[in-house]
Amino acid sequence: MARAITRKFYFLLSRPQFARHAVSARAIHFVYQPDTAKPPVSGETIKQNMFMAINSAIHSALEKDDSAIIFGEDVAFGGVFRCTLGLKDKFGADRVFNTPLCEQGIAGFGIGAAAAGATAIAEMQFADYMFPAFDQIVNEAAKYRYRSGGLFDCGKLTIRSPCSAVGHGAVYHSQSPEAYFAHTPGLKVVVPRGPIAAKGLLLSCIRDPDPCIFLEPKVLYRTAEEMVPKTEYFIPLGKAQVLTPGNQVTLVGWGTQVHVLLEVAKMAKEQLKVSCEVIDLQTILPWDKDTVCQSVKKTGRVIVAHEAPLTCGFGAELAATIQQECFLNLEAPVTRVTGFDTPFPHIFEPFYLPTKWRCLEAVKKIVNF
Amino acid sequence: MMSPTARLVVRRLNQRNQALAPFFTSTKSFATEASFETRPFKLHKLEEGPKTSVTVTRDEALKYYKQMLTIRRIETASGNLYKEKIIRGFCHLYSGQEACAVGMKAAMKPADAIISAYRIHGWTYLMGVPPLGVLAELTGRKSGCARGKGGSMHMYAPHFFGGNGIVGAQVPLGVGVAFASKYRGDDNVCFALYGDGAANQGQIFEVYNMAKLWNVPCIFVCENNGYGMGTSAERAAASTTYYTRGDYVPGIWVDGMDILAVREASRFAIEYCTSGKGPLVMETATYRYSGHSMSDPGTSYRTRDEIQEVRQNRDPIASFKEKIISTDLASADELKAIDAEVKKEVDEATRKAKSDSEIPMEELPADIYAAPLEEEVRNVAPWEPLRHKRIGSAVNLN
Repeated sequence: MARAITRKFYFLLSRPQFARHAVSARAIHFVYQPDTAKPPVSGETIKQNMFMAINSAIHSALEKDDSAIIFGEDVAFGGVFRCTLGLKDKFGADRVFNTPLCEQGIAGFGIGAAAAGATAIAEMQFADYMFPAFDQIVNEAAKYRYRSGGLFDCGKLTIRSPCSAVGHGAVYHSQSPEAYFAHTPGLKVVVPRGPIAAKGLLLSCIRDPDPCIFLEPKVLYRTAEEMVPKTEYFIPLGKAQVLTPGNQVTLVGWGTQVHVLLEVAKMAKEQLKVSCEVIDLQTILPWDKDTVCQSVKKTGRVIVAHEAPLTCGFGAELAATIQQECFLNLEAPVTRVTGFDTPFPHIFEPFYLPTKWRCLEAVKKIVNF
Repeated sequence: MMSPTARLVVRRLNQRNQALAPFFTSTKSFATEASFETRPFKLHKLEEGPKTSVTVTRDEALKYYKQMLTIRRIETASGNLYKEKIIRGFCHLYSGQEACAVGMKAAMKPADAIISAYRIHGWTYLMGVPPLGVLAELTGRKSGCARGKGGSMHMYAPHFFGGNGIVGAQVPLGVGVAFASKYRGDDNVCFALYGDGAANQGQIFEVYNMAKLWNVPCIFVCENNGYGMGTSAERAAASTTYYTRGDYVPGIWVDGMDILAVREASRFAIEYCTSGKGPLVMETATYRYSGHSMSDPGTSYRTRDEIQEVRQNRDPIASFKEKIISTDLASADELKAIDAEVKKEVDEATRKAKSDSEIPMEELPADIYAAPLEEEVRNVAPWEPLRHKRIGSAVNLN
């Protein structure tokens, strides 16, 4: 997958020696499952992949809100994942602009702009690079409203960043940092599973009066294609979605992992005759306790899966709360299928990720507990 | 910038060099030394700078030539392996910038340290890892210098602290390494390299201050190749005179395509730091032929003409070759023989890097901790337990 693609590069893609780049022969660990349910809003739809849907959402935000600005590294030409393509030409270089290479500066600058009244959309080129900005996000953005007694806030800030495994990202282009930010009251953290979800959730984040972190699983930018409504629409934050109803095991995930779980549910039905209910959490902070616990009270067994490492991954929070709320309904301990407690590996990625095989194994175990 | 002046002063000595006998049968004698004039250095807060009259011996010239050529071949081989999808992930090529690394290494003492970002295949080779160690690391096999666990961006060797992915993060580390030298009183320096894009990272300014305040023997090197990924230096930096951005830290601008200029400036910098005067900033003006990484064709933000112009007029290897031949330090045939030798070595390493085997699964949980307090790495894999292991020995702590 090429990062900075331009028209010239598309020409190159047609040349034989580059043809391999065009055909994605990477071994990705999931099969993308597009939404087949009724779209969140009626009207004309258009086939879009996830970066186009995100582009659409940002376009909409910049169009409807004069104070909206988007900035980050390489944002002006379209962004390394094409999410901001065409926006500078449409809205001007004073609203769509590049920053130098300085994440801490980008975050701080975004907080200031938001505090002054601009709808600031800051892009961090990769979630793995957010850590220089961690202090700004955790100590400034999250706490501004609280520490000023409501006098000031930077609620108009949205930070978007590509996250999660992509097949060859290794240590610094594959991380899923949602757990670090989920630990910070004052922020909202959202992870979409596909184009339709991405557009609706991003628009909600931009409109939301609190600072939001929108983590976009980068492997879905091109792999995920759906018929996305052309018009603007908002998917509520803080609400999980039940994608496949079931009554024996609850499977909870977010982002790329949702597609792994959807496949696992199918496999469990076919091979084990087990009916699984798949839930996409969508919002990590605050997470939809009611939907998840309602499901667990029905099934009695729950598996949480995420790419991030085990210890203190967001699955830990889910497990703790589920056992608190649903203790008497549980037939088996809450199971987590996650990455290992190691840095994200380079060549060991296929073994590290919580693939459908590991998840299916967990389903087998939990029904036989 | 001033226009370059190249005056060659040839000193012929009438000595027969016996080591060359196998390479030629004529009785032609070669010069054992030649002198050149470099482009002037630009200085910031320095009264004196490096000398512009530089001398190189025959042996040194051949060594530098071979080193630069080897780096160029390794990078070409890496590019080809990447296109064949045998190297995955990231691959940032150093082609065009060879004179910077070779020039700095030529001035370094054996125990001087260096730390850089991710464009480091050349440095890995210079710091003692054979081409197989570099190429096999890129292909993720066990003969790689990190046994395949690091990949392109994470290669290490004694006194070479890597190999770092997060832009700018390596510079504070470099200052720490240099501080350790000062603390131990061992007269070593640390070269902390970063690019024109990274030069805008806040943490670099934090350590300019620390290094100057505490007189740390750290040489900050900004390898300015004109572009931070696809963003030209002018579009990212309010001040592109990177050698002055240390403000109170003195600086030198060097022509990074001239290996002898880089060597001279590095010698000056090492002398400056080890005499207790504190840190220095060095900006090497260089150029990279390929894009930022293998996913970047490198032609959407600059013209092919620009790349061609540099290749034809300012290529570090070609211009050094011309210097060697025109001053009779060696013959064209001799250099050709070196070309063939290097090609053979790199081709052989490439072949091995393709066919070598990967490390086993037991290494997934290896080298996470030095003193793991639990025997097993916490995980949820249903098949085998993942046991902590220590495999690598820490070369930097002895």
